[in-house]
Amino acid sequence: MKGALLRRCAEMVFVAFGVSVLTFLMIHLIPGDAAQIMLGAADASPEKVAALRERLGLDQPLIVQYGLWIGRALVGDFGTSIWTGRPVLEEIGGRVGVTIELTLLGLGAAIVIAVPAGCLMATLRASVADYAVRIVSIAGVTMPAFWLGTMLIYGTTSVLPGVQVVGYVAFAADPLGNLQRMILPVIALALPAVAALSRVVRAAMLEALMQDYIRTARAKGVTEGRVIFAHALRNALIPFVTAVGIMLGYQFGGSVVIEQVFALPGLGRLVIGAITERNYPLIQATILLATLVFVGVNFLVDVLYLVIDPRARG
Amino acid sequence: MRPRNPILWIGLVLVAIQALAAAVGPGVSGYEPNAQDIMARLQGPSLAHWWGTDNFGRDVLSRAVAGYRTLFTISAVSVMGALVVGGTLGVVAAWRGGWFDEVAMRLMDVLFAFPLILLAIGIVAIIGPGAMGTSIAIGVVYTPIFARILRGPTLLLRDAEYVIAARAIGAADWRIMRDHLVPNLAPVILVQVSLSLSTAILVEASLSFLGLGTQPPTASLGRMLAESRNFLVLSPWPAVFAGLAILLAALGFNLLGDGLQDRLDPRLRNRT
Repeated sequence: MKGALLRRCAEMVFVAFGVSVLTFLMIHLIPGDAAQIMLGAADASPEKVAALRERLGLDQPLIVQYGLWIGRALVGDFGTSIWTGRPVLEEIGGRVGVTIELTLLGLGAAIVIAVPAGCLMATLRASVADYAVRIVSIAGVTMPAFWLGTMLIYGTTSVLPGVQVVGYVAFAADPLGNLQRMILPVIALALPAVAALSRVVRAAMLEALMQDYIRTARAKGVTEGRVIFAHALRNALIPFVTAVGIMLGYQFGGSVVIEQVFALPGLGRLVIGAITERNYPLIQATILLATLVFVGVNFLVDVLYLVIDPRARG
Repeated sequence: MRPRNPILWIGLVLVAIQALAAAVGPGVSGYEPNAQDIMARLQGPSLAHWWGTDNFGRDVLSRAVAGYRTLFTISAVSVMGALVVGGTLGVVAAWRGGWFDEVAMRLMDVLFAFPLILLAIGIVAIIGPGAMGTSIAIGVVYTPIFARILRGPTLLLRDAEYVIAARAIGAADWRIMRDHLVPNLAPVILVQVSLSLSTAILVEASLSFLGLGTQPPTASLGRMLAESRNFLVLSPWPAVFAGLAILLAALGFNLLGDGLQDRLDPRLRNRT
């Protein structure tokens, strides 16, 4: 257990380091003079360009630049947003709540629906209904969430013309209004995830139901409900936990796109805006921070795996 | 015997129809994709315009077919690039083992750690929006997936008895690769390419929906959907069909991949 944990730890640290290096290098992969491009070719005075070069340390050796950059990042200094002049971390902080809310609600809704749906699907195997369910669930996985969102907006405004479905109000200001506006984006985000996760549950349940301990449980007269939920499901949850960890990253990516559909002021809209403005410090910081969060989450999932599955400790 | 594989066939038919339409080109519906007809703007589906018309009276179906071309080209180019680079890396890493394997696979771990859309957005931010940017972005995103998927089976093959036997009688590396590796990896590659194409299509469509994909005047289904949101209240049809086209493209390749997996992997044949 200890050895396995240490190995996961070392892997996580290495991946986090690699992620920071790649994110740092981003600015050096831009064709042309990064400082000039960031300031916009037209209105940048030579002094301003020189100051930015100085700040980014662009004339120093690459390793020194990385050291400067990561050193500042570690104390929360990701530079200032090139257009607003505000600290990048502050800009991200103002937007990240929306994205987190959307991501977690989307994932939560998906989990709540996917587990029973997957169990149900596992009991339908090898029949015509099974094929139908499979095709429907694949269609769900491949459903473009931004299209689903668009159709939900159209459908809702046609049926209920007065309802405000696009836009955002802060949870603190109006909790009900906030949740009401989250309903459609969460549905758009959750549906493809329900399809993907219920497929995982179904496969894991089928696998679990074939095990000897299930036969033993049935032989000793355990009711079918208990066989499914107490014996099979508990074991089927092991691959499900891994899938949920991966799905969190997908949900985050999905909410970046969905924010655009529903005009929600989250990280997605911030980073898309930053691309057109060539606001690289903001893009770098967003990518670095978000990725590190997922590296951490996947590490926790691995640890959880070690705890719930003794076989993984070997 | 299980019943014949309907998932494979539905996928194959969907992919074939769409690929054919993309190959024949926008002329297939009898309209130029950019030809405007203001008198016929914002029409619903009809015999003249099967998928209706947009706010300039352009035929939605022929614009979608032009969009298919872009979508398929970019997705195919990037997935093939990922297969060649990532697949080679995975196979060579498994075959050689040692430090090369360790370094290559840890590098892939790092790439894999980035949330997919965010990595793609970051790469587009470097290269700039457009066909080139999205192709490279999607290619980089799928590289670690192919490296991982092909490393496992190669590792098993390297230590398989018949490969060791082939080596013992003095077969050259290239010969082992040709006679044993390629035929054994082909099913895995085929399935993974098909499934990756399905998701690459969704990533391309997402990027162009966000305005980061191919720029006008090149047709793009994602941008078409984004633009048709502006007149959604007046006519939902262009949005409906642009999204439906993206869904059908991704669905076709996913069903194909799923069906192929059933068909090609004998271990799965009696399960599920």
